[in-house]
Amino acid sequence: MTTATASSSVGAGQGTASRASQSREQWASVRTYISAAVILIWCLAPAYWMVVTAFRQVGFTYDTTPWPTHVTLDNFLTAFDTSFGNRFGQALLNSIIIGVTVTVISLIIGVFAAYALARLNFRFKYLVLGFILGASMFPGVALITPLFQLFTNIGWMGTYQALIIPNISFVLPLTVYTLTSFFREMPWELEESARVDGCTQGQAFRKVIMPLAAPAIFTTAILAFISSWNEFLIASQLSNEATQPVTVAIASFAGAQPNQIPYTAIMAAGTIVTIPLVILVLVFQRKIVAGLTAGAVK
Amino acid sequence: MATELGPTPVKPASGAPAVHHGPKGVGEDNRILSQGKWASWLLAPTIIALGVVIVYPIISAIVMSFQKDAGLDPATGLFTAGGPAGIQNYVNWLGQQCAAPGGGTVACPPGTLGGQFWSATGTTFLFTVITVALETVLGFWMAMIMARSFKGRGLVRAAVLVPWAIPTAVTAQLWLFMFDFNGIINKVFSASILWTGSEWPAKWAVIIADTWKTTPFMALLILAGLQMIPAEVYEASKVDGASAWQRFRLITLPLVKPALMVAILFRTLDALRMFDLPYILTGGANNTTTLSILVINQIRQGFNSAAALSTITFLIIFLVAFIFVRFLGANVVEQSGATGKGKK
Repeated sequence: MTTATASSSVGAGQGTASRASQSREQWASVRTYISAAVILIWCLAPAYWMVVTAFRQVGFTYDTTPWPTHVTLDNFLTAFDTSFGNRFGQALLNSIIIGVTVTVISLIIGVFAAYALARLNFRFKYLVLGFILGASMFPGVALITPLFQLFTNIGWMGTYQALIIPNISFVLPLTVYTLTSFFREMPWELEESARVDGCTQGQAFRKVIMPLAAPAIFTTAILAFISSWNEFLIASQLSNEATQPVTVAIASFAGAQPNQIPYTAIMAAGTIVTIPLVILVLVFQRKIVAGLTAGAVK
Repeated sequence: MATELGPTPVKPASGAPAVHHGPKGVGEDNRILSQGKWASWLLAPTIIALGVVIVYPIISAIVMSFQKDAGLDPATGLFTAGGPAGIQNYVNWLGQQCAAPGGGTVACPPGTLGGQFWSATGTTFLFTVITVALETVLGFWMAMIMARSFKGRGLVRAAVLVPWAIPTAVTAQLWLFMFDFNGIINKVFSASILWTGSEWPAKWAVIIADTWKTTPFMALLILAGLQMIPAEVYEASKVDGASAWQRFRLITLPLVKPALMVAILFRTLDALRMFDLPYILTGGANNTTTLSILVINQIRQGFNSAAALSTITFLIIFLVAFIFVRFLGANVVEQSGATGKGKK
């Protein structure tokens, strides 16, 4: 798949290159396409291999034919099969519950902070920004030990709240600084004019700014959800069989034989977990990239 | 905690003293005062939430780290109560000392968690240095390609998001499968390496998988930096006869440096806390145990000792961040906070 796309774009590139252009420029453009093809293969080949394996019969797990062979849907059924102790379906549901809750809470809290940081002048602004950025780079293991003890003592081990609350510490800083960068770019003149027309600052925020900010908030929500969806460290320690999210379920996937890793089923589970994210990311590609890089360059 | 970001450029203008009633205008001061009030209301939920989920555990971890772990004394078989330990937990980790039968400490026997501190620190830094170096070089190269205009550029920019979007746990299982003895990587390179079976192949497996997963993030950050460079600068230098290498060294590199430093800082701090990938890919075997894995393994053997180790890990990361900001000029707050319309 990757090579086909890449080589067709090489062909297209050569076709559009003007014959009059210097050979050096042509050579440079050929090199660009070769590099682009290398990037495409490097990024997509492993993901492609996951999908191909997910659709391959168990007996042909190690088949190296580069295109789909021995196609089957059995692996997806195996992934959801609970007879070997896997609870992938429940884990999917858990990940959605945790991800949505964390995203909603982080957005509700973070949107106010981001507005203040992007729009208002106040003392200690840089201190607050520094604190939030520092929080986002914080190592998860520094939180896990006291939380492990605390949650054991109060009987929260394995509960949803024990997974949601620590997750907020990772997702909220990301939410605040992504939103802050988006908010800086918005047409705030409209807020000024709303205020001239007699709105209070709160009304101006609600009636003018919120609708304008919706795309930024939506993008940030995707980033927040992905971040929560990918979380493994906290969940691997604080969840139990009933509440574990997909990352933990996939990491400890058991097969029929204890000494054999059920790779095809794992790849099927991985495909299920990944495909919705990849589609989401590709559809909102521009916004996502803007959000990802927002904290760093603007 | 904000001090880790170094000298925060708090410019007097951005937070004009509210008590100042100069001839220049009381109205302006009142406005800032009321904005400050607004700001503190708006920021309060975030600050409180982060205080609860970050500051409280940190303080609690530090308090715990100065306590003894309650447990069975290996010598007497009697239950020993906790109680203040002073800096003994820290001394034990740094000196790789374990409690000895009959009191006191001895060097931890090989294979125990206590004897792995320096090897885990070494592994963590090795992973960090190699992955960040590889990601920077590869990411820069990818960004330079993606900054050019060619047909299919959109496709490439979309493709680099794929490794980023795959959860690390899935990435680890995917590479475990590809690094299998019968897997695609050995087949393609006609090799017969037991990738997760011995030290260096296992380390390279982690490094390769991490580089694959995180280079796109680096590339996108650098690309965003490259796109801030005005095209006229390049055109002017072309007219002046600068070679491609000169353009790269004298224009691209210095102009993209602020964004590049922030990207490297982000990635370095992220790599120093690496956990998921080696934990799932190699299980920490064959000297691929990072500091984070060591903390996790320790938790069930004693909270307080684990708290001391996690505090050490935190301090190491803090120190690296401080060095970056202070001496290498990665000004995160300036980069992300100083510009924009909100600033006066």
